[in-house]
Amino acid sequence: MNLTLKVWRQKNSQTAGKFVTYKAEGISEDMSFLEMLDVVNESLTKKNDEPIYFDHDCREGICGSCSLYINGHPHGPKKAITTCQLHMRTFKDGETITIEPWRSAAFPVIKDLGTDRSAFDRIQQAGGFISVNTGGAQDANAILIPKVVADEAFNSATCIGCGACVAACKNASAMLFVSAKITQLGLLPQGQPERYSRVQAMVAQMDEEGFGNCTNTGACEAECPKEITLTNIARMNNDFFSAKLFREEGVHDHVGGE
Amino acid sequence: MSLDAKIPQGPLAEKWSKHKFNLKLVNPANKRKYDVIIVGTGLAGASAAASLAELGYNVKSFCFQDSPRRAHSIAAQGGINAAKNYQNDGDSVYRLFYDTIKGGDYRAREGNVYRLAEVSVNIIDQCVAQGVPFAREYGGLLDNRSFGGSQVSRTFYARGQTGQQLLLGAYSALNRQIHLGKVKMYTRTEMLDVVLVDGQAKGIVTRNLKTGEIETHAGHAVLLATGGYGNVFYLSTNAIGSNVTAAWRAHKRGAFFANPCYTQIHPTCIPVTGDHQSKLTLMSESLRNDGRVWAPKTVETAQKLQKKEITAAQVKEEDRDYFLERKYPSFGNLVPRDVASRNAKEMSDEGKGVGTTGLAVYLDFAEAIQRLGEDTVRAKYGNLFDMYYQITDENPYKQPMRIYPAVHYTMGGLWVDYNLSTNVPGLYAMGECNFSDHGANRLGASALMQGLSDGYFVIPYTLGDYLATIGPKPVDKNHPAFEKTKQEVIAYNNKLLALKGNKTVVEYHRELGHIMWEYCGMARTEEGLTHAKGLIKALKADFWKNAIVTGENDEVNAALERAGRVADFIELGELMVTDALARRESCGGHFRLESQTPEGEALRDDDNFAFVSAWEFKGEDQEEELHKEELIFENVKLSQRSYK
Repeated sequence: MNLTLKVWRQKNSQTAGKFVTYKAEGISEDMSFLEMLDVVNESLTKKNDEPIYFDHDCREGICGSCSLYINGHPHGPKKAITTCQLHMRTFKDGETITIEPWRSAAFPVIKDLGTDRSAFDRIQQAGGFISVNTGGAQDANAILIPKVVADEAFNSATCIGCGACVAACKNASAMLFVSAKITQLGLLPQGQPERYSRVQAMVAQMDEEGFGNCTNTGACEAECPKEITLTNIARMNNDFFSAKLFREEGVHDHVGGE
Repeated sequence: MSLDAKIPQGPLAEKWSKHKFNLKLVNPANKRKYDVIIVGTGLAGASAAASLAELGYNVKSFCFQDSPRRAHSIAAQGGINAAKNYQNDGDSVYRLFYDTIKGGDYRAREGNVYRLAEVSVNIIDQCVAQGVPFAREYGGLLDNRSFGGSQVSRTFYARGQTGQQLLLGAYSALNRQIHLGKVKMYTRTEMLDVVLVDGQAKGIVTRNLKTGEIETHAGHAVLLATGGYGNVFYLSTNAIGSNVTAAWRAHKRGAFFANPCYTQIHPTCIPVTGDHQSKLTLMSESLRNDGRVWAPKTVETAQKLQKKEITAAQVKEEDRDYFLERKYPSFGNLVPRDVASRNAKEMSDEGKGVGTTGLAVYLDFAEAIQRLGEDTVRAKYGNLFDMYYQITDENPYKQPMRIYPAVHYTMGGLWVDYNLSTNVPGLYAMGECNFSDHGANRLGASALMQGLSDGYFVIPYTLGDYLATIGPKPVDKNHPAFEKTKQEVIAYNNKLLALKGNKTVVEYHRELGHIMWEYCGMARTEEGLTHAKGLIKALKADFWKNAIVTGENDEVNAALERAGRVADFIELGELMVTDALARRESCGGHFRLESQTPEGEALRDDDNFAFVSAWEFKGEDQEEELHKEELIFENVKLSQRSYK
C-alpha cells in the first residue's frame, strides 16, 4: 500500500516545528506502524536526509516508549493498544496519515515526535513507593491479600507510563496516570502506612509539573492502551480529600501523652 | 593468566553464608564517602542502585532510555522462580539448584547456582513487601505455576507481565532513593567507555542523548547491568535499543568476555513475516502448560497447509504429530527451551513446517479450551492471545497459534567471579550482561531471578568487600585517564559521523543478523562457522567504508547511536563465531551438528570442554586469546540430559 504522511518535524525544544509531507510507498499490511516509519527513515537516510525521530524500544506494547499522536488519537485509531502494536492493515491504501508528538506543556518536544516525559518519573519519585529496605521483608505468604483486591491492584499496576492519557486530555491532566499508582499501592495492605502522605506528595508534584486538572471527560480512559479506568481517579480523589480532612499530618501534629 | 572464580571452600549449602561472614564491611559512617556508578536500570541495575543507596553509598545511575522504568526487563512475561515450596510438591533449594545446573547442561558453576537458588526465596519476600501484585489464590496466598524444564510449580507470576511488575517494584525502590537524594539519576545517557586508572575501573564516559555532550563520571566502582546481546542477530525478542556497547567497550578495555556463543533461542515466538520485520515477539513459555505443540505427520499435509488449501482444524488427529509429547513422554511440551526449539526447527527442516513460509509449527489450545472452557483459558493467557491476534490477525481461540523459535536471551557475557567482579578490579557485571549462572541454557523464569538476586542480595555484600579494601579516598577526576578516554570516545564518534557512504546502518545490522542466524544460530558446523567468520570480517571492513551516518553529534541523533551499537555487534559477532568454533561439543543452546547423540540430542564432551571460555581482547583486528576456567562439580554427577 502507498500512503501520504504529514509528520511533525522539530529540531529541538527551542526551535519552532512544522508539518512535513512524506510518501510511504510499498508498505505491507503486516508491518507495524513503527516498521512503516522505519521504511520511510531508511529512504530518508539513503538520501542523506535526517530521519524522523520517534521514541520506541520494546515494540511489544509494554515499555511505554512509543508515543505517537496518529490522526488525532494517541496510539492511533484502535483501542487498547500502543503505537508499536498498531498494524498497517488498520489503514487504507492511499490514505493520508497525520503524525504528531504528545501535546502537553509538561511534555516538551525534544525532537520531532519525541517528548520529554521525565515529569512522570518525578511524580513517582515524590511518593510512588512503599518504604521498605532490601532484606527486611517477612515471608511473602504472611501477608494475605484477597484475590479480588490483588486483581484490582494489578489492573491499576498495568499502567505503562506512556502518557497517552495526558496527550488525550484537553486539560493535559495526568490524573489517570497518577491515580493508577496511588490505587495500586492504596489497595494493598503493604501500602497502608503511607497511603495518605503518598497521595498528597504525588498530587503536589503533579501540580508542580504543570499538568491540568481533571474535568471528567474520560478521554484518558478511552485512549489508554492498558484500559486503566476512571475509577482510579475517583479513588485518588477520595484518598486525597480524606488525607486533607482527616489525615493530614499537620492535624495530628502532637506527640502522644504530652 | 589464571582465572580465579573465588568460589568459597566448604560444603555447597554453607558457601554463601560463610563467604558473607568473611567479606569485609564498610563502616556505616564511611559508606557516604563512596561513589558507585551503575549503568542500566533493569532488574539488576535498579535493584542494585536502590539497595546500595539504602546502605548509604552515593549512587549514580544511568540508562539510555527516557525513564529507568523502560529497561527491557519490563518485557519479561512468564514469571520468576523461587524455591519456596509453597505448593508442597517436593521443591527445595537443592532441587532448584539441581534443575538449573542440569538445565544449563552442566556448564555453570555449582557455587553460583546454589547461591542463586538460596536467595530466590528472599526475592519473592522483598517484591511482595514493595507491593508487587503477584497472582493470588482465593485464600489470599500466592499462586504458582510450572514452567519449562521443571516438574514442580515454583514460578511466581503477575499475569503475562511479571517483568513489568518486578521492574516497577525495583523502580519504586530506586525512586525512593532518588527522592532521598542518595541516587542521582541520569536518563537518556549512554555509556560509551570505562575509565581505568592504574588498571582499576574508576569511571565512565557517557554521551547525553539529548544534547550530544560527552561527559565523564568518576566513582570508586563501576557496575554494569546493561543486559544481553541478542540483537547481534538483528531479529530477536529484545527491545530495539538493547545493545552490547557498554559491555563490549569494557571488554576492549580488558574485561574478559565469557561463553559468547551461548545464546538462547526461545521456542514460542510469533514467526517472521518478511524483511521489513524489526523484531520478533515472544509469547510466554507458560503457554506450553496448556498448549500442545504439533506439526503435520507428512510433508504433503504440510504443503497443503502452507498453500492454505486446508486449515489446521481439518488435519485429523491421526495425521498430527505431537512431536514433543511423542519424543519426551515425561516432560512432554514442558521440555527446556533449547530442546523445544531444536525440535521445531527439525520439523520445519524436514518440510513439515506450517504457515506460508513453512517456518512454523502449531501450538494448539483446542484441547485446553475443551477441558477448561474458553473463559478459564482467557483468564490465564488472555493478554497473550490478544497480542497474537493483534500481530497476526488470526484468532488463537479458533485456530492454533503458529510459533517458531527466536533469539531471546544470551547466557554468555562478561566474565565475573563469585563476587560478580570482572577481571578488571572495580568493574562489576550483574544480570544478563554477565555470564555466570545459566550455563549453556537458561531455564524459563530464571532470568528475573538472577537479575534480582545479583542486585538485591549479592552485590550489596560483595561490593563492600572491594570498597573496604581500596578505602574511601575520593577518586581524582583530574587524573589524565579521564580526559584521555573522553577524547578517544569523541574521536571514535567523529569517525562514525564521517561515514557518508551508500548503505544504511540498519542494512548492515540486518546482514549481520542473517549471517549469525544462518551459521551461528540453532545448528552450527565447523565449515559454516569458518565461512561466517570471513563474512563478518568483510562486513566490518565494508561498514567502515560504506555506511551512512546522518546528522551531527550535538543533537538528538538516533542514527549515531545505532551506528555505534551496530559497529560493536559486528565485532561481537566475530567473537561469538570464534567461540562456537573453539567449542567442539554440543551443550544447551550451543548445538554443533558434529556432536550429537544417536537420537539427535546435544552431546557434551565433558573430558575436554567442562570449562568456561573467557576471551581476552588483544587489539583491533587481532585474534582474541582464550582463557579457560575449569568447572568443578563436587555435588552433581554429570550425565546426559534426559527429558524423556
